[in-house]
Amino acid sequence: MVGITSFDVYIPAYRLSRDEISRAWGTGSMKGEKAVARHDEDSLTMAVAATLGCVNRGGQQGDGLFFASTTSPYKEKQAASIIAAAVDLPSETRTADFTDSLRGATIAMNSAVDAVRSGSAENIIIAASDERMGAGKSEFEQILGDGAAAITIGKSGVIASVDGNYSTFSEFMDIWRREGSTFIKSWESRFITTEGYAKTMEQVVSGIMKKYNLTPKNFSKVIYNGPDKRSHASLAKRLGFDVETQVQDPMYQSIGNTGTPAVLMMLAFALDEASPGDLILVANYGDGADAFILRVTEEIKMVQGERRMMESFKRKIPITYETYLSWRNLVPTEEPRHPEPESPSITCLWRERRSNLAFYGSKCTSCGTVQYPPQRVCTKCQSKDHLEEYKLSDKTGHIFTYAIDQLSWSKQIPVLIGVVDFEGGGRVMCEICDCNPDEMRIGLPVEMCFRKLDQGSDIQNYFWKGRPVI
Amino acid sequence: MGKIRDKAAIIGMGCTNFGELWDKSVDDLIVDATYEACEDAGVELKDIEAAWLGTVFSGHTAMSLSSPLSWQYKPVTRVENMCATGTEALRAAVYAVASGVYDIALAVGVEKLKDTGWIGVQPTNVVGRSTMGTAGTDLGLSPPAMFSLMAQRYFHDFKIDPEEGRRLLAEITVKNHHNGSLNPKAHFQNKLTVEQVLKAPIVAWPLGILDCCGVSDGAAAAIVTRSDMAKNFRKDPIYVKALATSVGPRRNPTVQDYDFTHIEENVRAAQMAYDEAGIKNALEELSVAEVHDCFTIHEMILYEDLGWCPKGQARKDIEAGTFTLNGKLPVNTDGGLKCFGHPLGASGLRMQYEVYHQLQGKAGDRQVKDPHLGLVHNFGGGVWGGIACIAVTGNELDRR
Repeated sequence: MVGITSFDVYIPAYRLSRDEISRAWGTGSMKGEKAVARHDEDSLTMAVAATLGCVNRGGQQGDGLFFASTTSPYKEKQAASIIAAAVDLPSETRTADFTDSLRGATIAMNSAVDAVRSGSAENIIIAASDERMGAGKSEFEQILGDGAAAITIGKSGVIASVDGNYSTFSEFMDIWRREGSTFIKSWESRFITTEGYAKTMEQVVSGIMKKYNLTPKNFSKVIYNGPDKRSHASLAKRLGFDVETQVQDPMYQSIGNTGTPAVLMMLAFALDEASPGDLILVANYGDGADAFILRVTEEIKMVQGERRMMESFKRKIPITYETYLSWRNLVPTEEPRHPEPESPSITCLWRERRSNLAFYGSKCTSCGTVQYPPQRVCTKCQSKDHLEEYKLSDKTGHIFTYAIDQLSWSKQIPVLIGVVDFEGGGRVMCEICDCNPDEMRIGLPVEMCFRKLDQGSDIQNYFWKGRPVI
Repeated sequence: MGKIRDKAAIIGMGCTNFGELWDKSVDDLIVDATYEACEDAGVELKDIEAAWLGTVFSGHTAMSLSSPLSWQYKPVTRVENMCATGTEALRAAVYAVASGVYDIALAVGVEKLKDTGWIGVQPTNVVGRSTMGTAGTDLGLSPPAMFSLMAQRYFHDFKIDPEEGRRLLAEITVKNHHNGSLNPKAHFQNKLTVEQVLKAPIVAWPLGILDCCGVSDGAAAAIVTRSDMAKNFRKDPIYVKALATSVGPRRNPTVQDYDFTHIEENVRAAQMAYDEAGIKNALEELSVAEVHDCFTIHEMILYEDLGWCPKGQARKDIEAGTFTLNGKLPVNTDGGLKCFGHPLGASGLRMQYEVYHQLQGKAGDRQVKDPHLGLVHNFGGGVWGGIACIAVTGNELDRR
């Protein structure tokens, strides 16, 4: 049996309300709010967060990692390899990026299912993430949100088996973004929703039901993406599903349309509440459509926590529209009035990749002291080369002391810096994000997260920061 | 192990005005400080046999000194030890004459921070790592924010209400500005009240802008010789009693046993210096001290690190006025980094310039009573650890 063995979702803590966007422009509000990645997040960092969660839930590392996104940080340079390094997957892991299509997550899923089914891989993690932007004043600006999801496809411990699949392609210009463009573009909305989205999805859904001799009544849940709330809701009726009982909430009001990860986010939330025996229909639109039939197994109980996954995203920090503009570099703000700090050496970054990306410190085998960065000579007992690697990315800790720095340069002033003492030993000094200055206190519990650094260099550099444990 | 005590003496010193010296170059400052020192010592540049230049940002190599002085082919070495560079340059020159190799040596410290374009001190990668987040500067953490880590923890551990803590720190600012107001070479010569200090904008809670030292340009210089030759140059040479440097493993941010309420390098350097100088009770025996008050919290912690009051008790001495100009041990009598700013390479020698004049009884309105021994504490680094340099000097040979 091949199917999903683990899943997780990452939603940034920040929310931009659509009323706030409407206030800025004097246009109508679509109501609700959208999740916004912080200035130090991108699709890659969000994917790392979701992947780590997926690995921790499933307990399986995977021998493959597929990254699906339309907003990879590099045009030429794989993102999956950076994610794999941050998540600390073994070097023989098969990595691939599935880019350029909003259908990327399910294209990757088909490839992963095929690979596992053929026996060429045991487990493949699919991480999907996006941070897309609509132009100011556009409907997209209100609709789109940021987020990530990850699922693992494997053979053992399957919680939802993939019992069927069906795909189509359609050459249809509905949404696109050319190289060098910041914002997505689109054609006349009636044409793209009725002739494009609705027809393509009807074709794939009826196609898969016909192929496997099923009807809407057979499914306890149907999960599918859509360009916006209205088109999404009206499609359910056309397909013959009951919106109230069968259709998974697309979370447009609370998070927004997240693009590539949307279908996996919905799937993860559905699995988090699914029962053994449930039959789930998944359909994903973008340059055609993919559909899957999933059957939930008894194993589902093993991965469902006592706390529902949505609880993890209760923490919401509202931001203003101006903050959003600044975070996305949509309005030029003053550059620091001093010379640019030096860019990091790529050679050094490579040499220190284990400590920078996978966040390894070292632990002295003589005296047991955990230290970061890794040392050759123990900082405590001075024994030489008696230190072993010790991972800190998965440890929680608490703030020993902290600074609220008004003079640092960052898109978000003040910058919060914490001295974090890890449970089990080890201490780092790092930025604390997703935290209001007045929440900072000695003793605050924190966990680690992978984030971008503002460095004004041509490469995108990443490092670990702390954030309050929710 | 030998001791430097009484083996060398300072026979001349120079110090430029400190401030925003837009129209002066690094070369100008080196020339002005060096020639003042030569004049004070009664020697000519050609009499000096070797020189050490201390600077962090304002020039690489010995040629940064040899070029402005038109130096004639004798040895020069540039030294750098972050903010402790000035005292480090003095240490090199003192050890050189004490070795007997040279009779007369020169130490110069200089920095033009106002040419860098930074409002504070430019971040530097203090160790050869690209790793972000392992040292304050790598994080882009500003120096006041770094020292605020100590203030937060100090107030927490010793149960000082933050507002009350700010008031204690403000007393240090007020004291140093009072002293600076009596010093024509200081960058800031204005008196301040506690209320003015407390009203200043916060830069890293609980530190406000007036808890921070200024950003300035300046240079200072010292001419040293062997003690047995010192009286050939002047009747009141100042003898070196101790020169201690402690450099820690930079483990503070990485090891959980560090408390953030002291700096171990300060404590170790003080122990070394007191031992070398034969000081048993520093508070009783020292007549004057210049300490590295880059931020008020550092001066407060130094009262404890240097053994002048028990840990956690500095507030009592601040309240009692122990370290004011008329107190038991006047500290930062020239106004300190607070009023002089902190041109990195120059500060250690600028502090020495004040102690030198205090011990000679030439400190004017700031003169302390009956001086015998003075201490300079110069510190480079941050709460992650660093370089603590202490110089103890006295106006008599073998007083005890």
